[in-house]
Amino acid sequence: MTQTRSGTVEFLQGNEVCAEAAIYAGMRFYAGYPITPSTEIAERLALRLPQVGGTCIQMEDEIGSLCSVIGASLTGMKGMTATSGPGYSLMQEAVGYAIMAEVPLVIVDVQRGGPSTGLPTHASQGDVMQVRWGTHGDHAIVCLSASTHQDLFETMIRAFNVSETFRTPVIVLIDEIVGHMREPVRIPDAGEYELTERLLTNVPRDVDYHPYLPREDGRLPMSHFGGEHRYNVTGLYHDMWGFPSDNPQVTNDLIHHLMNKLENRKRDLTFTKEWNTTDADIMLISYGASARSARHIMEDRRAVGMRMGLIELQTLWPFPGELIRERCRGASYVVVVEMNMGQIVHEVKAAVERPERVFLANRVDGEMITPADIKHLVRVIQGKGI
Amino acid sequence: MPHIWCPGCGHGIVLNSLLRAVEKLQLERNDIVMISGIGCSARIQGYVDFHTMHTLHGRALAFATGIKMAWPLLKVIVPMGDGDALAIGGNHFIHAARRNIDVTAIIMNNSIYGMTGGQHSPLTQCGDHATTAPYGTVDSPFDVVQLASAAGASFIARTTTYHARDMTRLLAAAIEHKGFSVVEVLSQCPTYYGRKNDAGDAVAMMERFRDETVKVTADGAVPGDRSGRMDGAHEPVPVGLFRREERPEYCEAYRTRVMEPALEQAQSAARDVSP
Amino acid sequence: MIQRFLFSGTGGQGVITAAQVFAEAAIFGEGLNAVQTQVYGPEARGGSARSDVIIADSEIWFPKVLEPNVLICLSQFAYDRYSPLVRPGGVAITDPFYVKRWQHATSRAVEIPLHDTIVSLQGGDGGSVHGINICLLGALCRLIPVVSLESLQSAVRRRFPERYLERNLLALEAGTSLAHERITTF
Repeated sequence: MTQTRSGTVEFLQGNEVCAEAAIYAGMRFYAGYPITPSTEIAERLALRLPQVGGTCIQMEDEIGSLCSVIGASLTGMKGMTATSGPGYSLMQEAVGYAIMAEVPLVIVDVQRGGPSTGLPTHASQGDVMQVRWGTHGDHAIVCLSASTHQDLFETMIRAFNVSETFRTPVIVLIDEIVGHMREPVRIPDAGEYELTERLLTNVPRDVDYHPYLPREDGRLPMSHFGGEHRYNVTGLYHDMWGFPSDNPQVTNDLIHHLMNKLENRKRDLTFTKEWNTTDADIMLISYGASARSARHIMEDRRAVGMRMGLIELQTLWPFPGELIRERCRGASYVVVVEMNMGQIVHEVKAAVERPERVFLANRVDGEMITPADIKHLVRVIQGKGI
Repeated sequence: MPHIWCPGCGHGIVLNSLLRAVEKLQLERNDIVMISGIGCSARIQGYVDFHTMHTLHGRALAFATGIKMAWPLLKVIVPMGDGDALAIGGNHFIHAARRNIDVTAIIMNNSIYGMTGGQHSPLTQCGDHATTAPYGTVDSPFDVVQLASAAGASFIARTTTYHARDMTRLLAAAIEHKGFSVVEVLSQCPTYYGRKNDAGDAVAMMERFRDETVKVTADGAVPGDRSGRMDGAHEPVPVGLFRREERPEYCEAYRTRVMEPALEQAQSAARDVSP
Repeated sequence: MIQRFLFSGTGGQGVITAAQVFAEAAIFGEGLNAVQTQVYGPEARGGSARSDVIIADSEIWFPKVLEPNVLICLSQFAYDRYSPLVRPGGVAITDPFYVKRWQHATSRAVEIPLHDTIVSLQGGDGGSVHGINICLLGALCRLIPVVSLESLQSAVRRRFPERYLERNLLALEAGTSLAHERITTF
């Protein structure tokens, strides 16, 4: 560790960065179950959380992990769990519960190869659609990603801030490469990043409090569960007191509220990084570890005069379709770089004006996609041959 | 008060005894959290004016673990059905018992899945009939007392809806106990279990709770050398208090063995760094 | 400046620790940028071990080493597998105790008797090779001067608890002398 002007530079794994950033963001309750390649998050938090007065528990499975995080979060603590694809599959029923009951929390999914046990120690980005549609029923979801440790630190803080603002679970989707890689990261001093704390109700004790009556801006002022106001929390459709209801009007209002509170605030939820997008003839779109290879080849090709640009998606869901459409208007080709059989590429095709000009540069053999892999595809698209 | 339970259902008696127990202990409503899963029994939390949470099938104890660890001063009560607690939630049940977290688990055992219309549960006796056991079940049931005992619960009791006063006493003792407490309550389901098994109406079923049970002695022993229900349905079912022992409670153990030493370590490290 | 290192050997030799200490020395001692990755999974449990380190004075995007400038092999298996990857003009560093070299037309080869040095440093019973990884770093800082001995010394101090510190600093020192005295180049 060395002191810099502000903060401390450390040489950490991405998983360790997730843990440190979560503590920085005020997370004080972690529950998890060991699974490669995310386990280092639990290991670091088991050591670090009690040092800051927090609680860390190893549960009996991933379902129990997320359920206990929901419980802890309702009492007012910022809570988190971390897992990989197979564990995230198990969590889906509790993800739905957190959406329905509007419980703020963060889930880190460090992706590995799937389906099933797949490739536990290898790179993949196959969970993008699981994050979008894993739990049953209509719902909106927030999913953030990062490719460098510095961005990951910021993304974790952002995830907690978004989850508190909108009372919704936020998934931070990284991958084996980012999770296991070590690179320098500056841990900022306290106060450098603004942290969003829970919006609490100002309804006094013994006055009727409506836990599920949204304000005009869609936000729900909360009373710590177990505190001053007694109310009900349920995964059923519910009225403004939190009691079950199958009244069609109540049902209709609630599903629209759950969707709109996120979809209508898409602009506030869209985080991207862009390089050379204004004059790009070939536009790369990528996220997570793949974006590192994309950045590498983009810089390399720019150096030889090729007009290549890159959009790195730090928000995967809600998908920033309008922004993609806008930026890709002038490009002859759009190349989506991801380590799966094509997941975000379909969203890009749906967003742009000329979907036939959208191509997929992928790799699904467990190895990280290389800059050369992208270069070869671009050459073939351009008719230059391998 | 309108409720979802069928006529003759035993769950209302459990609610009654539970409220009497809470009154007896003079607990503040604001200090009690009731967390339930899914099923007929789980709806009990909708009829009490505590902090209440209706969660996922089988997962109530996992939610309760998070709430209790985050806010250890709360009294946490988890009412569950037999399928909820021991089929889909069986893993959470044994692990909560193993940790000895200070939560009161009430298992309302009516030997059937009522909410979905009468399927056999892991507490249905072998040979009993259910909609998914039209020829009689071939599964053997768990014995909740033995299971909780092996898993490490530090307070274990069994009672029935016939023994409502005992139930109040046992529930009060369970809530007061520091550690994981389990109270199994045999409860009648005349609508599904009763009809499928020619068990008669609610009164007939409750009379059987009276006639076919035997009270354990003060030290938890079963009189007359009966070893419990695993030996067959015709043996009287032992009821009463089976275990009440002092064992380190989970939240307290985490505080004293993990958090306090870690805080101390971090503070002394910070002292070393500062000039 | 960008240098790509591939550290390889057998589980237990500490090559992954060596890679991490090396990267930390570059970052905290030299003010350079470094990225380290390693191979995980069943093959990392007692079998072969591999860790990649890229050191640069600029940003590093692609974190894996496909074609190392510098390959370090402390096992025959690793050498047979990775030596064809070395860049033209690159260096393959091996210990003759573990590795029988073959000819490569485009890369240079350096042999350092790390094993024998550690054994004699520890009294010569041949049982333990603790410190071989740090001894390697001592030699490496003389052969490939991107990280200084001083930077490595502070990285070692940061990394190891008091009771292992002296042993490792001695091993590091021995490594630098080796580079002056007993290296064989081809």
